[in-house]
Amino acid sequence: MNWLGAFSQLLALLTALVLAPLLTGWVNQWRARLQNKSAPGLLQPYRMLHKLFHKDSVMAEHASPLYRTAPYLIFGCMLLASAIVPTLSTDLPLSPAADGIALVGLFALARVFISLAAMDVGTAFGTLGARREMLVGFLAEPALLMVLFCASMITRSTSLTEIVETLARRELAIYPSLLLAGVAFTMVSLAENARVPVDNPDTHLELTMIHESLILEYSARHLALLEWAASLKLFVYSCVGLAIFFPWGVAEAHAPLALLLALPVLVFKLAVGGFLMAVIETVSAKMRIFRVPEFLGTAFLMAVIGLLVNVLLGVG
Amino acid sequence: MPSLTQATTWVHLDWVLLVIAMWLLIGLIGIVALRRFRFVAVVLFPTGAFVSLVLLGVALSAAFAEPEVAVLPLGLPQLPFHLRLDSLSAFFLMLIGGVSAGVSTFAAGYFRQGEGTPPGLICLEYHVFLASIAMVVIADDAYMFMVVWETMAFSSFFLVMANHRIPEIRQAGYLYMLVAHIGALGILMCFGLLQANTGDYTFANMRQQHLTPFWGSIAFVLSVFGFGAKAGLLPLHIWLPEAHPAAPSPFSALMSGVMLKIALYGILRVSFDLMQTRIWWWGVLLMAIGLATALFGVVFSTVQVEMKRLLAYSSIENIGLICAGIGLSLLFSSYGMKSLSALALTAAMYHMISHAFFKSLLFCSTGAVMHATGERSLGKLGGLIRNMPWVAWSTLVGALACAGLPPFGGFVAEWLLLQSFLFTTGLPSSFLDMLVPVMAALIALIAALSGYTMVKYFGVIFLGQQREEKLAKAHDAGLWERLGMVWLVTGCLVLGLFPNQVIAFMDPVTQKLVGAGLAHTVADSGWLLVPVSIERASYAPAIFLLGILISFGFVFLLVRKLYHGRLRRVPPWDCGYPWQTPRMQDTAEGFGQPIRQIFDPFFRIRRHLPTAFDENPSYKITVEDPLWYWLYLPLASLVERISRIIGRLQQGRIAVYLMYSFVTLIVVLLAVNR
Repeated sequence: MNWLGAFSQLLALLTALVLAPLLTGWVNQWRARLQNKSAPGLLQPYRMLHKLFHKDSVMAEHASPLYRTAPYLIFGCMLLASAIVPTLSTDLPLSPAADGIALVGLFALARVFISLAAMDVGTAFGTLGARREMLVGFLAEPALLMVLFCASMITRSTSLTEIVETLARRELAIYPSLLLAGVAFTMVSLAENARVPVDNPDTHLELTMIHESLILEYSARHLALLEWAASLKLFVYSCVGLAIFFPWGVAEAHAPLALLLALPVLVFKLAVGGFLMAVIETVSAKMRIFRVPEFLGTAFLMAVIGLLVNVLLGVG
Repeated sequence: MPSLTQATTWVHLDWVLLVIAMWLLIGLIGIVALRRFRFVAVVLFPTGAFVSLVLLGVALSAAFAEPEVAVLPLGLPQLPFHLRLDSLSAFFLMLIGGVSAGVSTFAAGYFRQGEGTPPGLICLEYHVFLASIAMVVIADDAYMFMVVWETMAFSSFFLVMANHRIPEIRQAGYLYMLVAHIGALGILMCFGLLQANTGDYTFANMRQQHLTPFWGSIAFVLSVFGFGAKAGLLPLHIWLPEAHPAAPSPFSALMSGVMLKIALYGILRVSFDLMQTRIWWWGVLLMAIGLATALFGVVFSTVQVEMKRLLAYSSIENIGLICAGIGLSLLFSSYGMKSLSALALTAAMYHMISHAFFKSLLFCSTGAVMHATGERSLGKLGGLIRNMPWVAWSTLVGALACAGLPPFGGFVAEWLLLQSFLFTTGLPSSFLDMLVPVMAALIALIAALSGYTMVKYFGVIFLGQQREEKLAKAHDAGLWERLGMVWLVTGCLVLGLFPNQVIAFMDPVTQKLVGAGLAHTVADSGWLLVPVSIERASYAPAIFLLGILISFGFVFLLVRKLYHGRLRRVPPWDCGYPWQTPRMQDTAEGFGQPIRQIFDPFFRIRRHLPTAFDENPSYKITVEDPLWYWLYLPLASLVERISRIIGRLQQGRIAVYLMYSFVTLIVVLLAVNR
């Protein structure tokens, strides 16, 4: 491992940690503006985290050790995920430890733990949330995997850094499979990050919530970690999307100066992406829970069709 | 005759035979000490576990050795038993030894006085079963193979029937026996074809024969049918969800963990070793059956409400996935694509061994839960993590491995399988090229669904509030049970964290069966698992786990250092609703409800809904296997009808029977005279 690699790895981690709540704040702000509400400040998520960390944690009497460890574990999973996705540079020493499939596995691990933690206290909402989260997960997970496969068939690799390098270097050409995969990816990322057509991040109405009911019993530092982990997840998801569909501007191993340029480029791409997400959330309505499988099934099928288009056109 | 010097050096095969003899001896001692419960539990079963460890050691060293052959002067005159220990046998002996060491230790603490069959008899059946499994793997002629195969079926039948006073268990045992025998017929006919009219039933002879594609295909289909019946492939899976819950838990663990793999051993042995021809559609057939089985199994396991049935359906799913891997390997091999074939076969074998460990672990945990609570229905359990931490945490490892999550063994297998599916371009037929990504998509879907099942399994049993009052008195597993489970947990962790080292043991097998192996790519890459090349894909579970743990510890310390660790324990909040009862949690039915709704056409559902005017409103839902109604019941009624027609011959009067003999005699004489 060279020093530059270690540096860019550390930089990627810090960027993720710092930018993730900012991205959430940015999306929330635009959502509010588009819906003619007065918007919270851009730094609101940080204030929230700060407040939560200071509070005393309140926990159900019979909560088990699994319940207490889950927030740290989920946060750890998301931190690792942000370390292996090429955000600023493709020179990441940790990247060979986990490829695209392992990234999906990492998300699944976090999902399983948050569902188990929600079931631990044994309230009606917790188990309901766990069930719904797994329902969303079992369709979103293979769909995300298929999106990644579309890219890896083109680049002949499942390693995320390799995908970014190959896609960034190719000539500007539109792959029909990537178009399909892009649509699928947008749908999946809305579902996975508890966004509007599937879930509503604002609501505490029991009949509609998924993510909120999972973390209903958590408070203080545990809640803070879970919220931060959720922002990190949104950040990592956005970065995966940018890496596959807009890979330009990510620094490569042999170009250390590009690191300086990579950060503003990333911020710009994320800002545009966050704005688009706010637009999608504003113009669509929340679905019934049993429409969600159809929604995600469509995403899954689109990604599979993308794969088949790859095969048909003999790409890769 | 071996000379004196040769006779004194023991080869691996001798050790294996010694292990088998020891198991038989332990079984016989069990018969002598029929009702001496303490002796059987504390001496015999642990000794058996020790013998399993010896087998594991022998198999590990035999993996890289040259094939060894021997002839045992047993059996019929002129028809001795041929034995052969090659790397494929060694791999399966490894699996048998590794898993049975844990399960036998668990069994030492499991059996209770006054439950069904006397302990000595269970000890006999159990060890005869183990010995026969080990012999199946080293059998080198069809005669011995069938003898030990049937011994395996019979000893397992008696174990399934351990609590034979319960009518359902008798029924399950009967069904198991029936399917086992129909399968055995298929295997027998397959061997009949493989010897190609030479009259020599040794496997060595079969390897020499080159069947025509037509007869080869029939032999292959027969072997898939025969071994598939034992493995639980669709549509012959029907016995599996009945027999697994009926058997005592350690034995369900062995059946699911080991016996199902032995059936797959049969498929591997026949199609990769004994037959020299391979045709592409065999692989496609096996993949299609495998994936259909896997999807069926996982969808059914999500809606089960009984612990062991849920695990049984999950076993069906895993067997299906392994079969898909074998099928893919067969497909590549038929086109001579050796390295891809080796990759797929490695993935299938990895899945076999990791499934063996995590599924036996899960079955052992159901045993511990059943003993502690007396319940097997998920709907009456809950919150056991507080009374039974040992069992709960080891089950969590098993459940995560079963859900195919990193960094456990199940994920490595799925990862390898997806890799082998993903890099399949350049198959000669474009139809196959299109088929492969679709199958990869199905595998991803199945893996994700198994996560759903495992969250349900673990969450409903161990988390939440206790659904019955008696659960508060549940006690943790005893020392022997804990030891056994810890051994299996260790197996799961080793398989998950050190894939390179495990794959090194599979390399001789893939070298032998398909002519290529992963060892040389894997050995160079240190901690990274690199199946093809580092640019294509890599995965390092140890670093992966370390990454999570380091961030876990770092964040924990940081939070404590910068802020505080204050914590108050209060009643649960639940949106401010104070009257929480355990009945307000999701039931097992409730947790499976979304899947039931989405995959509605898979099931045969009967609902009883109360009307508004019912005096005693009740709600009942039964979810059944439609194949039972589409296939088995019509088949059974057909058999009954035919036997009724044949039954007319039986008049019960001696004159009529004499008449039959007379007519037969006349017909035979006419035939001879012609």
